[in-house]
Amino acid sequence: MSLTQKSAAELGRLIASGETSAVEVAQAHLDRITSVEGKVKAFLHVDAETTLAQARAVDERRAAGEELGPLAGVPIAHKDVFTTVDMPTTAGSRILENWRPPYDATITRRLREAGLVFLGKTNLDEFAMGSSTENSAYGPTHNPWDLTRIAGGSSGGSAAAVAAFEAPLSTGTDTGGSIRQPAAVTGIVGMKPTYGGSSRYGLIAFASSLDTPGPFARNVLDAALLHEAFSGHDPYDSTSIEAPVPPVAEAARQGDVAGLRIGVIKEFSGEGYQPGVMARFRETVELLESLGAKVVELSCPSFTYALPAYYLIAPSEVSSNLARFDAMRYGLRVGDDGTRSAEEVMALTRAAGFGPEVKRRIMLGTYALSSGYYDAYYGQAQKVRTLIARDFEAAFHQVDVLISPTTPTTAFPIGERADDPMAMYLADLCTIPTNLAGNAAISIPCGLADEDDLPVGLQIIAPVLGDDRCYRVGAAVERALHDRWGGDLLSKAPAL
Amino acid sequence: MSAITRDEVAHLARLSRLALSDDELDHFATQLDDIIGAVARVAEVAAEDVPPSSHALPLTNVFRADEVRPSLTPEQALSGAPAVEDDRFRVPRILGEEA
Repeated sequence: MSLTQKSAAELGRLIASGETSAVEVAQAHLDRITSVEGKVKAFLHVDAETTLAQARAVDERRAAGEELGPLAGVPIAHKDVFTTVDMPTTAGSRILENWRPPYDATITRRLREAGLVFLGKTNLDEFAMGSSTENSAYGPTHNPWDLTRIAGGSSGGSAAAVAAFEAPLSTGTDTGGSIRQPAAVTGIVGMKPTYGGSSRYGLIAFASSLDTPGPFARNVLDAALLHEAFSGHDPYDSTSIEAPVPPVAEAARQGDVAGLRIGVIKEFSGEGYQPGVMARFRETVELLESLGAKVVELSCPSFTYALPAYYLIAPSEVSSNLARFDAMRYGLRVGDDGTRSAEEVMALTRAAGFGPEVKRRIMLGTYALSSGYYDAYYGQAQKVRTLIARDFEAAFHQVDVLISPTTPTTAFPIGERADDPMAMYLADLCTIPTNLAGNAAISIPCGLADEDDLPVGLQIIAPVLGDDRCYRVGAAVERALHDRWGGDLLSKAPAL
Repeated sequence: MSAITRDEVAHLARLSRLALSDDELDHFATQLDDIIGAVARVAEVAAEDVPPSSHALPLTNVFRADEVRPSLTPEQALSGAPAVEDDRFRVPRILGEEA
C-alpha cells in the first residue's frame, strides 16, 4: 500500500517508529498532488519547498528526542480561510488575492505545534458562502467520484483533497453545513464540533455566531485525532468554550451503539429527497438496530423553518463582518486615481473584488437589518433560532443522538445550480439546524446511491459538548459497513 | 407583488458600498425578490412569547487583564496595505466630500 493510501493514524505511527520519515510522506503526497490536481483542483496554493522544509523540521524535532503527538509529521491540507503567515490567504476571493496575513490563526498555530505538515491551502466558496465551491473566484473544485460534479462546499477543496488521496487530513469550517455536506458528497468523514469548541481566531469571519472549524479525514478515528489536535479553549476567541475537549479519540476507538437511544428526525424526508439517498439511510437505520441501538422516530417541527431563519441570520452577520473589506488597510484597492473619494474607491473595490453570492448576501443582510424590516425578518429569525434549540433540547431528553441523511441529494453537476441561489441553498437543509443551535454533528459515508453510484452521507447529531457521541456512533457504523463492503467506500471510487 | 423593487436594491447597494452596474442591479433585484419571498416564511411561526437568540450558547462578556503584550510591528501591520506613506495607511480623501 502506498503512503498516500494510509490513514493518518498509521502514518503517525510509521513516522514515530522510524519506518518512514515526515519528508518521505510529504513527498509522496506532493507527487500525488502533481499527478491528479489538474483534474480535481482542490488547492489554491501548493509550495513543495515550504512543505518539505516543515517536514524536515519535524524529523529533526523527533531526532532531537522531542515528545511529539500522534499526528506529528502527517501532512494536512488547510482551508484557505484560516490565516497562515507562510502561505497566501484568499478566502477564495479576488479582494484578498495574494494577501499574506501578518499572523497565524490559532488552529494554524496548534497544527504547527502538533507537528502537522501543511501541503497547501484548499479551494472554497468565496468567504465560505456556498455549497459547491463554484463561488470561488478561482474556479470550482471537481468531485473525485465524477469530475463533472461538485465536491460540495464551502469546504469543497478540503474534502476533495482527502477523497482524492492528495492529503490524509484537512481542515474545514462549517457555518450551515460547509464541512458535513462536502464530506457527504465526496464519501469521507467530516465533523462540525460544538460551537466554541474550536477557535475562530484567525478564521476569516463569515457569520460569527455560526462559524465552526472542524476536521476532514477518510475514517472516523483520523477525524477524531485531528479534532483533538486543534480544539480546546482559546483566550483569543471570546466565544471559545472554557471546557475540556470531549474525549473524541477514545470514543472513536471504542465505537459502540449497544443500548443507545437514536432518534430519526421525521422532518428530514419526503419531497426533494433522492430515493437512493433515502434507501441508504433506511439501511443504516436497520444496521444500527442490528447493532443493538434502540431507534425511534421523532419530530422537530421548527426545523422546517431553519433554512429561512438561517438565510436571514447568516446574511445579517455577513453584512456586518464584510464591512472590514474597505480597500484601506489590506487587500484590493480599485480606482484610487487621486480624483475619487475614499467612499467611491471603497464601492468600486467591493464591486470588483466580491463575487455575486457575496454581494447578494451583503445586500440581503443589509435589508434584513434595516429599520422597518428588522422585527419581521432578523428579529423573527432569532426567535425561530430559539425554537430550534428547544426542539433539540426536547429531542435529547428522549434520545442520545439524532440521525438523518446529511444532504437531500448526492453531488449535483457543476453549473446546475450556479445561478439559482434558492436551489443551491437546499443542499444545506439537514445541516443548518445544528449551526443555529450550536451542537455537534458528523457526516460519515453510508454507501452509494443506486441512481448515480455517488456517495451518500449519514449525519449523526449530538447535544452541545456531546461531540464524542458523534464519533462513538460513527465508528460503530463505519466498522459494520466496512465489514459488509469488504473495505472502505473510497475503494469503490473510480481511478483518477 | 414583488417583495423588493429595483430601486430598493439600488439603495441597498449604496448602503453596502457596492458600485453595481445596471445589469447587476436587474439580476440581483430578481434573485433577491425570490430569496426574500422564501425567507419571509419565518413570519408563519407563532413566536410572540419566544425570546430571540443572537447566539447558540449562553455567553457573557469575557474580560482579561489590561497588560501590554507583544503585538504587530508597523511593518507587519502595513504589510498588506494597498498604499503606505510615512509608516501609515495612505487612503483617498475623506474630508470635503459632499453629503
